[in-house]
Amino acid sequence: MEAIRTESLVKQYKDKTAVKGLDLTVHQGELYGLLGVNGAGKSTTIKMLSCLTRPTEGEAYVMGYSVNGESDKVKAIMNVSPQETAVAAKLSVRENLEFIARIYGCDKKQAKEKADRIIEDFSLQEITKQRASTLSGGWQRRLSIAMALITEPQMLFLDEPTLGLDVLARRELWHFIQSLKGKMTIVLTTHYLEEAESLCDRIGIMAHGVLCAEGSAQELKAKADTDDFEEAFIRLAGEGAK
Amino acid sequence: MTRTMTFASRNTKEITRDILTLIFGIAFPLVLMILLSAINKSIPQGYGPSNFQIEKLAPGITVFGLSFLSLFSSLLISKDRTSSFVLRLFTSPLRPSEFILGYTLPMIPMALLQSVVCYICALLFGLELTFNLLLAVAVNIPIAVVFIALGLLFGSLLSEKAVGGVCGALLTNLSAWFSNIWFDTSMVGGLFEKVANILPFSHAVKAAQAAVAGNFSAIFADLWIVIAYAVVLTVVAVAVFSVKIKKN
Repeated sequence: MEAIRTESLVKQYKDKTAVKGLDLTVHQGELYGLLGVNGAGKSTTIKMLSCLTRPTEGEAYVMGYSVNGESDKVKAIMNVSPQETAVAAKLSVRENLEFIARIYGCDKKQAKEKADRIIEDFSLQEITKQRASTLSGGWQRRLSIAMALITEPQMLFLDEPTLGLDVLARRELWHFIQSLKGKMTIVLTTHYLEEAESLCDRIGIMAHGVLCAEGSAQELKAKADTDDFEEAFIRLAGEGAK
Repeated sequence: MTRTMTFASRNTKEITRDILTLIFGIAFPLVLMILLSAINKSIPQGYGPSNFQIEKLAPGITVFGLSFLSLFSSLLISKDRTSSFVLRLFTSPLRPSEFILGYTLPMIPMALLQSVVCYICALLFGLELTFNLLLAVAVNIPIAVVFIALGLLFGSLLSEKAVGGVCGALLTNLSAWFSNIWFDTSMVGGLFEKVANILPFSHAVKAAQAAVAGNFSAIFADLWIVIAYAVVLTVVAVAVFSVKIKKN
């Protein structure tokens, strides 16, 4: 089944077309990477798919629900970990988790049970009572993803999940993201090419609002006739930009 | 309703866990009342300004204290915007009306608490304990709504830094100057007095002073102006907030 299907999706701002007729398909259970230089249209695409902004033209379906006509249903089954950590600064780790669970309809008991489970999954036991503002960048990022996962979404958008993390924290998060593979559909945007190469089942490269190449990391390297993924990205994104 | 209350509860925690809330919301107005009452006591009776007599000063200080509600709510909203926390919530099932209520509801009990604490403190400086004080607390609700709506409006439009300047410095100062709390605006006269009469702040203070004095017939002469401001500003704030959500 298709987790995401977009049909000629367009987003027009005043004097700029950010996304130009995007046709994208992401399969259920897939970890799909969306790459592109700044201004390529990937963030706008994620915004449209997560019902943050309405498409100017075209249609997008998330787990079969239209982002235009059934945004309530889309919102109920997906979650987002934004580029910024987006945690409630003065709430404790547990309060942050329970807050999100309750916003998605859990009662107090269910929210507590879900928080217990995710605290264990993310090894957050030592910091449950700590306020989010006092956590390091790595722990805040981990909490941010935990907040997105506590609602058990069928569709998860991870926007630059390892931005600003040190190498160790990044690798740790990679392992965790890998452990989610198959459990839900994940769309990941990143500027770290090795992250996309290492984690993603398929990768789409966007340039100037269009999807200019798509495939596994191997397929993209073959397409660009190089063994180096960074070089492949530069060639494919460069071609797309012409 | 559960989602609204959950969000309101989170907002209450965010605001009350900030030391600024205690300093500006409670401590600062109380310190002002203590200082001005002490000054008033040292001036021979009949020579000092009538504004500093406790039955006039206390209602004024409660209204002044409420002006910080704008700062608290606008700071929270602008912080939520800049930290992308609001973005996370926009992708959740929270509806625009639940957002607005969630940001507004925590402010009402806070406003009531501020007024009650101020009046309790004023009792120590000679304010008479009567049922009129309960009425005075209730009369403060419309001006609290004015300040909450301004917070929602500025928090939706301005950055965290700008909000500190506009709501923290400009609004609190303007509402103080034009309120008749510190000096009688008719003594300045001219345009200043006209502006003071157009804005809701002096009317809110007069209504609260009338309530404390038990001058019930005088309350609504000023209070209806404050209520009109509260209604209009709330409608504008909700409209701007809703547009900002859609524009996101």
